[in-house]
This record gives sequence, C-alpha cells and structure tokens, in this order.
Amino acid sequence: MSEPVIRLRGIRADLGSRPVLRGIDLTVHRGEVVALLGANGSGKSTAVRSIIGQVPPSAGEIELFGTPRRDFRDWRRIGYVPQRTTAAGGVPATVTEVVSSGRLSRARFGLLRKADHEAVRRALELVGMADRAKDSVNALSGGQHQRVLIARALASEPELLIMDEPMAGVDLASQEVLARTLKQQVASGVTVLLVLHELGPLEPLIDRAVVLRDGCVLHDGPPPKAVGQHALPGHDHVHPHDAAGAEPIRTGLLS
Amino acid sequence: MDLLNYAFMQRALLAAVLVGITAPAVGIYLVQRRQALMGDGIGHVAMTGVGLGFLLSASPVWMATAVSVLGAVLMELIRWYGRTRGDIALAMLFYGGMAGGVMFINLAPGGSNANLTSYLFGSLSTVSPSDVLAICLLAAFVVLVTLGLRRQLFAVSQDEEFARVTGLPVRALNLLTAVTAAVTVTVAMRVVGLLLVSALMVVPVAAAQQLGRSFAATFAIAVAIGVTVTLGGTITSYYQDVPPGATIVLLTIAAFIALTALATPLARRRARALAAARANGHPLECAIPANREATDEVGV
Repeated sequence: MSEPVIRLRGIRADLGSRPVLRGIDLTVHRGEVVALLGANGSGKSTAVRSIIGQVPPSAGEIELFGTPRRDFRDWRRIGYVPQRTTAAGGVPATVTEVVSSGRLSRARFGLLRKADHEAVRRALELVGMADRAKDSVNALSGGQHQRVLIARALASEPELLIMDEPMAGVDLASQEVLARTLKQQVASGVTVLLVLHELGPLEPLIDRAVVLRDGCVLHDGPPPKAVGQHALPGHDHVHPHDAAGAEPIRTGLLS
Repeated sequence: MDLLNYAFMQRALLAAVLVGITAPAVGIYLVQRRQALMGDGIGHVAMTGVGLGFLLSASPVWMATAVSVLGAVLMELIRWYGRTRGDIALAMLFYGGMAGGVMFINLAPGGSNANLTSYLFGSLSTVSPSDVLAICLLAAFVVLVTLGLRRQLFAVSQDEEFARVTGLPVRALNLLTAVTAAVTVTVAMRVVGLLLVSALMVVPVAAAQQLGRSFAATFAIAVAIGVTVTLGGTITSYYQDVPPGATIVLLTIAAFIALTALATPLARRRARALAAARANGHPLECAIPANREATDEVGV
C-alpha cells in the first residue's frame, strides 16, 4: 500500500457531554476513494470534522500526509466540501466570489493573481457552472449550490478531497455532474474521503467503505451490498469493473 | 452652505462621513455572520468606558475604545467556550457594561446622567478637535481591516468551517472582526450615539442586500447609503434642530423601505428572466426519467 494520506488512531470526541466518537481507526491511502457510511448520529460527520480540525478530539492521533494534524500547515493539498446548509446566506455573493475563497490557501496575503483567477474559472468549468459565474449563489438550486461548493474545494487544486454528504438534496442533473467531476478527479490521482448516507450513484467509484455505528467502526472493507431501496429494480448502479472501458450503461439515478 | 463656516460643523460633517463609511463596512461582516446585534452589545459595554473616562478625567472616546475592545474580545471568547450558557453570559456583559457606565459617571466629580446622554444618542456640537483626531485614526484602522482583509473576512464570515481548511487563522480573524466592530462603535459614538450605533451597522447592509448581487457590490452600496444618510442626517439636524443620531437612523430605515419597494419588482423580473433562461438552456434540470417513478413511491 502507498503512503497514508489520512490516518486516525483511536479517535475519541465528545459533543457536549455526549461521546460521539469512541475510538475510531481509519486510514486512507493515496489514490483511494473511501466512503464513510452510517446512520444519522453514527459519528461520520464528526469524524470528518475532527480530521479538518473543526471538532477537537479528546483522545487519539490524527495525521494528514504523515504530519500530525496540529503541525499540519499545507492546507492547499486539501479540498473540503462541508455539508450544505439549506439556509440561504445573509449577504449576497456571486458564484465567483464564493469559489475564490477556495483559492485563499494558495494566495499569499489573500491577494489573487491572474493564475488564481484562472484556477477559479477552471474549477467552475469542471462542475459546469462557468456560465453562472456572475450570478448570486442565492439564485441557485440546491444541486447547483453543491456544485459551487465543490468548485470551491477544487479551486486550490487539492490532492485530497474530503466531502460531507455531497449528494444530499441534489437534483439528478447535478448528481450526474458531480459523479463525473469526481471520476475525473479520481482518474487524475486525487484521494477522496466521502461521507455518504447511502452509496447511491457514486458506488462505482468507491474502493472501500468504512461503516460507523455509535461512534465505532463496524465495517472496513469492500462497499456493502445494496439492500432495501437500492436493491429494487430501476435502481441498478453502474459498475466499471463489469465492462472495463465500455461506456457505462446509464440507468437508475444516473440516467 | 453656511454650515461649513462653523468649525464645529466641519468637524461634525467629517465625523459623519467617517461613520457612514466604517459602520456598514464592519456591519456587512457581522450581518454575514448573523451577529447583527453584536454592535448593540458593544455599545452597551462602551458605556462603562465613557463613565471611566469621566471618572478618571481621561478622554471618553479613548476609554470607550479600550473598554469596548475588551468587551468585544470577551464576547468572542464567550462565543467559543460558553456554548450552552453563552447568551446569559452575554446578557450579563451587556447590562453590566451599561450599569457600570451609569455608576462611574455618577461617581465622577460633577458628573450625572446628563453627561451620558450625548454619548447615548449622539451630539454634533460637542465633537471636539481631539475627538475628531481620535475618530480619524480609528476610522483609518477600520477601513484598513475591512478592505485590506476583505477576502479573508469574507471567507471566515461566509463559512467558518471551510475557512479553517484553507488554513486561514480563523480565531484571529474572528477576534479582529470583533475588535474592528468595537472600534467602529466608538467612531460612531459621538455622531449617532451608543444606543443607535448598531442600526448604522446593520440597516444600510440590509438595504444594500436588496440591490446587490455580489458581495463587492453590496459592500459598495451599503457604504454609499451609510455616507448619504449620515451626511443627510447631520445637515438636517443643523437646519431643523433635531437630534442627529435619531435623524440618521430614521433616514437609514427610510432608505431601507424605499430600496425594498424598488427592489421587489426588480427581483421578480430577474427571477422571471432566470426561469426563462433555464427553460431554454437546461431542460435536464426538471426532467424526471420514467423509470424513476416506481421507486419514488417506496418509503425508506
């Protein structure tokens, strides 16, 4: 296995007095696409938020690119897509203004140069939102808003993408764009850690699934078989291993 | 313009312009962070500074600056650590600050609540040359921070969690925002008064939101509204002999109502144009494939 990009060792975290993570071990290697699954309240979002430093763990070690998180400063290598909040932002901001924030990790003193503006434009093109660059984000649909947040994460041209529920509340057209964008990123060697409620349309991309329950790792291995709604007809997923190189059959959520 | 012949009016107008620029410039970040009432809280705390200034025969403006900066830092710390009882701690800070102001000013030799009134509601004729110097220096600091660090402050105010992952010093920037807001309160104190400061931080931004599509445009419109109402209010109060702070705040609210009335048909037209563009350009947006329907019936 190649070098670990993310390594968690015995992470414990509490929200208030309630233990949310009770000793999580998780390693993500370079080039892997790992899905963090689990029911609501299983701790998957908290796990991700402890990785980025939003939730301080009460015990355990976190390493990013082999550096203890406390000493990690190379944030340009990480692109983060937080869980989208449905509340509309207070002050208007254009798509470009929001995506430009993602470039700050590469901009010295917050000054954006020509190359930075070009990177922002490229990121918008990747998610198919270049034509909406000057629109207010408040005028976008949920799916378009999510694409903007992903463009913001891609603006720093990261090596590691961390996404919290990127498919939640996203329309079909945007789901397709997101799946395609993620596929391109994975193909160019980007490592991905995804929090997902269900595998859904991203299933073919996922190398490994880590399932959490009550703040503990329940399963760490190949993605679990689809059950329940996923196993129903009309909900079949595209598996690239089935027909390597062939145009994927567009069915189910991706159609 | 005979009012320019009076030195006190020149000082008042200069102070008014600086307030008109700085209050919305800080306010836009507070509104974005949903801390619209932070300015009000700082205004309460600043009263202790004014009282201390009288008691110690120091400049009330500088004392108010020192105390409100301290208060703002404390508010920010309460926000970090006092998650559950934070609002009660803030209430104690606000009303303690107000009570402290009244207490100190009455302890000061010859001091009474009457001295406080001009600080609470603003007063033009009492803006001294040393006040103007203080206001200019403080306003320069506010403009430097709000414009110079606009990308960083925008990122932190918009999405704190994401800002942390871009490596921005989120806590330092939050503290800086709080300190800048505190400084702005004391800049505006002489003109609009401590109890009305918050209106000038919030209402021009709310009015600009009706028109602006981008953050940059909203910022510019808010400052333009701020300068217009502070100048307009100051000039009106000179000719009509009405209190400047109240005049400025009422003008700001009038501007908000006027712009809202103006913007509603504008927004409707914009939404219609957008819907038309969408219907032409992006048919996928609302297309539901036939084979989805059956599965949609299934409850989870």
